[in-house]
Amino acid sequence: MTMNTYNILKSIVVLLSFLLATGVFLWRAYPQLWTKLRQSQSTPRFGQWGERIKGLIVFVGAQLRLFRFRAPGTAHFFIFWGFLFLSLTILQAILEGLLAFTNPHFVIPLIGEFGPLALIQDVIALCVAVAVVYGMYLRLVVDPERYKGSHKSQGVMVLSFILTIVLSLLVMNGSRINLGEDELSAWRPISALVGSIYSGASAGTQVVIAEVAYWIHLGVVLLFLTELPEGKHFHVVTSIPAVLLRNLEPRGRLAAAPTFDGHAGVSKAEQFRWRQLLDAYTCTECGRCQDMCPAYFSGLPLSPKLLMMDMRNNLKHPSGAMVPDAITEKVLWSCMTCYSCDQECPLFIEHVAPIVDMRRHLVDQGSMDKTLQDALANLGRYGNSFGQSDRMRAKWTQGVQPAVKDARREEVEYLWFVGDYASYSATLTDVTRRTAEVFSKIGLSFGILFDAERNAGNDVRRVGEEGLFEMLVDKNKQAFAKAKFQTIVTTDPHTYNTLKNEYPEMGKVLHYAELLDQMIASGKIKFSKKLGYKVTYHDPCYLGRYNGVYDAPRRVIEATGCEIVEMPRNRDRAFCCGAGGGRIWMDEKDVKDRPSESRVREAAALTGVQTFVVACPKDLTMFKDAVKTTGNEQTLVVKDLIDLVAEAL
Amino acid sequence: MKIAVPVKFVPDLVEELTIDSSGAALDTAWLRLIINEFDDHAVEQAVILKERGGGEVAVLSAEADGVDDFLFTTAAKGADKLVKLTGDFSAVNNHALGKAFAEAIKTIQPDLVLTGVQAHNDLDGSLGPLLAEYLGMPFVGYVSGVTVSGDKVIARKEYSGGLVAEVEVKLPAVLGIQASETPPRYVAYSKIRQVMGTAKIDEQAAEGLDAASGVTVSRMFQPESAERAAMLEGSPEDVSDKLIGIFKEAGAL
Amino acid sequence: MSQDIFVVVEHLRGQVADISHVMLAGARALSQTSGGGVVAVLLGKDAQSLAANLAADRVLYVDSPALAEFTPDAYQLALAGLIQAQSPRAVLFGHTSVGMDVAGGLSAKLGIPVVSSCRSFTADGKFVCQICGGKIMAEGDLPAPTALVTMLAGGYKAEVGNQPPAVEAVPAPALDALRISIKQYIEPDTSDVDISKEPMLVAIGRGIQNKDNIELATELAEALGGQVCASRPVVDQGWLPTTRLVGKSGKRVKPKVYLALGISGAPEHVEGMDGSDIIVAVNTDPNAPIFNVAKYGTTMDLLDLAPILAERVRSAKGG
Repeated sequence: MTMNTYNILKSIVVLLSFLLATGVFLWRAYPQLWTKLRQSQSTPRFGQWGERIKGLIVFVGAQLRLFRFRAPGTAHFFIFWGFLFLSLTILQAILEGLLAFTNPHFVIPLIGEFGPLALIQDVIALCVAVAVVYGMYLRLVVDPERYKGSHKSQGVMVLSFILTIVLSLLVMNGSRINLGEDELSAWRPISALVGSIYSGASAGTQVVIAEVAYWIHLGVVLLFLTELPEGKHFHVVTSIPAVLLRNLEPRGRLAAAPTFDGHAGVSKAEQFRWRQLLDAYTCTECGRCQDMCPAYFSGLPLSPKLLMMDMRNNLKHPSGAMVPDAITEKVLWSCMTCYSCDQECPLFIEHVAPIVDMRRHLVDQGSMDKTLQDALANLGRYGNSFGQSDRMRAKWTQGVQPAVKDARREEVEYLWFVGDYASYSATLTDVTRRTAEVFSKIGLSFGILFDAERNAGNDVRRVGEEGLFEMLVDKNKQAFAKAKFQTIVTTDPHTYNTLKNEYPEMGKVLHYAELLDQMIASGKIKFSKKLGYKVTYHDPCYLGRYNGVYDAPRRVIEATGCEIVEMPRNRDRAFCCGAGGGRIWMDEKDVKDRPSESRVREAAALTGVQTFVVACPKDLTMFKDAVKTTGNEQTLVVKDLIDLVAEAL
Repeated sequence: MKIAVPVKFVPDLVEELTIDSSGAALDTAWLRLIINEFDDHAVEQAVILKERGGGEVAVLSAEADGVDDFLFTTAAKGADKLVKLTGDFSAVNNHALGKAFAEAIKTIQPDLVLTGVQAHNDLDGSLGPLLAEYLGMPFVGYVSGVTVSGDKVIARKEYSGGLVAEVEVKLPAVLGIQASETPPRYVAYSKIRQVMGTAKIDEQAAEGLDAASGVTVSRMFQPESAERAAMLEGSPEDVSDKLIGIFKEAGAL
Repeated sequence: MSQDIFVVVEHLRGQVADISHVMLAGARALSQTSGGGVVAVLLGKDAQSLAANLAADRVLYVDSPALAEFTPDAYQLALAGLIQAQSPRAVLFGHTSVGMDVAGGLSAKLGIPVVSSCRSFTADGKFVCQICGGKIMAEGDLPAPTALVTMLAGGYKAEVGNQPPAVEAVPAPALDALRISIKQYIEPDTSDVDISKEPMLVAIGRGIQNKDNIELATELAEALGGQVCASRPVVDQGWLPTTRLVGKSGKRVKPKVYLALGISGAPEHVEGMDGSDIIVAVNTDPNAPIFNVAKYGTTMDLLDLAPILAERVRSAKGG
């Protein structure tokens, strides 16, 4: 065959296969991108473009969240940037193929003639190859826990594609350099190096090598294109929109409950918001979420990663309703809403939001275990989950000196929203009274709502009982209207979260750690002694991850003269105690390993640390219990932040 | 199948109970009323029967604080007819209540009447057997399962010691429900609010409420602490040691 | 019209229920005030032999095929005529699945007042009822001239008679047009431990909070050489089988020691265990009615106490 015939054939084959591959790609991607997304519900995600562009630069450009795992993060950084730079070489390959019949040595004008670019592409090709080999090693040899459940073979297959694409590119370039056809050969040292391996071969052989490498290169590229819409590699297409259109609302603010035909909650694919469908298509099965999930850790059937994969599966191959077939009730009730999954995800996939939406459906259907049902019934009737009369809410105030003020009768500066646990739990009465005494001692003008206070509703909302949540908001707002105060302060991070982010038209809301921090900084609090303890501090989910308050409590601890030794999982990586998301109101029968016990062991392993400091009443309850059940009573004592403050005053 | 469920609201034991100045009755100032738990089970059982075999469920209650919300909740569960008896129920005992319910139920002409087997404030007998007599229907109590078969029902009757009997009763009949086959279902708040917009409560004046055949209480009091337990104090270790001593003395250790 | 106190004997499948003996003791106490005698009323078919150990002055026995099994309507019909004819001072029924099915209907039918949930009688013949989950006692004059009463267990000790009383056969009235019949009995599950035979029971109630904590009770029971039993809320949740239920609808137990953890002490439960030699109650609510029945108590949290007690018992036993 003459070169001419060959080149004509080449153009035809390239054209046809390019059309075929594009066709398959569209045929596979269309239902996902267009049909399903069009059928879904709207998500308000436009606006704040400055913030969004910045996000693109930091999280896509710099791949920030991926670097939590340094080696894989580096590898993916190169694969991503490699992909971007080498996409031009792919374009080059396609065009030179299409135009082979007129110009076999076609090179893209300007871009294809720019030396420095060729150098970057050449070096990056090598980096990609190394990164891919590392990726294979990670999947096949190391096989970390977070990959459990992910489609490993799919991942390895695509890695092989990329490796093949890159190696074939280098070989092809190498041949062309050997043949003297490359004007930028000086800018392609890696290709040259590769070519030098077979530089001894005849010119004819070089041509064959070049063409074979070309076909392999193009073939695998087009094959990859057809594979893109399947499984996790669709993220190549959707990752930029995913990061660009991420949720910029305060983390602790849930969207209102969707209703369909008078029924609240989501159970079918077309009831989801487009963002949630996009998330399902975008999930890369990396497992960073699964790694941090306390529910997964405890042996409950939930994994945020598997949740996304199941959603995706149901969207592509609907063999039943999303709920309860693809995603079961047990999975949905397992969530502690700690937000670690959303925090870790490099693509800002939202896991908590769809879980709550699906829980809303379960509540609408009345599908929940009896313990939760009783808790909700109690919350509805008595305004607290303990089933005690609302009249008993302020019983703890008896005997507190000076007497706690009633904010409904006297004007105070701070309204202290005490919260259910601090008010009703027998094990916490001590701490609550101490808090009142400390507040008085530091000269705070404060009062409480007494029996007009109701559960703030944070966890009621996250359990999916939106109607009950609205009722509680109503009752609390009525109580606020009757009281005279300037700022709300609360000792419960869950309360703090919902009052601050979800209650309408609220003034200033502070967590007591923030208030103490402010007062220490302004000199209003003076400690009489330095405690000198070595302590560790546990960031509550709803104070830390949800609302970014990490430093204020630490400053308060340090101000009391204590030294903080951080646990390995600290700040936004703090491991949830397991009480959130209404879990504290649910049956524990499926829990094999308690997250609270894991956390206590983590603290007990720190040398010299004997005090575990918390800033949340549920944490106090869970960890005190865990210290007992792990047999650490002699090594660790659990104290509330207020205990340190009281001691140091 | 038409099912009628008369219910009673009783003092909520979560609240503190105090005796009033007469010394013979509960102080109503601090009293809160709540649905009799067994009546809640009766409603659930009625709805279960309706779901299984079709029909209509009517729930009836004397007026009291919280009754409206409760009736709407039963509608959200599946009740078709809501009846509230109006009148002065302050001095009313179960005999009078039974007569009032009987009048209202006669107009419904149900095949089956389900009501809680007892209520914790019953003094003159429980509502079910009295109502059955006023309606001229047979009564079986302590029922934890109901199967309808033609013009009869098979009721699962519980005795002490775990013994159960399957009792066949000719309809129409009154059954005293101990427990519904599955625990009372949860109804989301949003659903109850929805129903409030569509369901209607039928108010019927209760005629001639008379408290005859009643029981007169001359004294009401909280049980004496004369027989109260000897309380053990101290740390868990102290109390454990004391208990071990007690067990040994009893010959159990 | 007589001052006799009638007691409707409860018997099921050839066994006289304990409550009957309790009622006879109560009737004896009441008869001191009324001045009459204690008359046991026995309904059945070929059941005369059951009269032998009744602590009554005499027994009125009604025999009929329709009374072979307890059915509410047959009993009601049989008793209606008897009560109207004899007009006793009081007729005692058990506050049970048997007594309650009959007493109320009879009251409405005959226009005779019925006093329910009665625990005992005062020295001057007043009724003392226990209501509101055991939190309230109500006292009053026994309605005259005749009163029906449903009796709770626990006010009197069940005692059998010293000698068989005289049995008087009473002709059965026409017992037709009956609308209730027993199809079959379903035996309780015997595959599990029989808690009524255990000398040491660790009982758990709502205060155990969740299924997971039951482990603490099981370990404690093991250490003590006993078994775990429960009150109704625990069994209703499915955390323990019904074979472990103590109370009105469960088993009646009389162990040497009954350690009640997190149990409030509602009458329905108490009547299943108040025959225990020693009751120890652990409940964080100092006002829980269980403390009126227990000999020893503590307001300590059972979750704190149970593991430590188990540990101490194990070392006391040398293991």
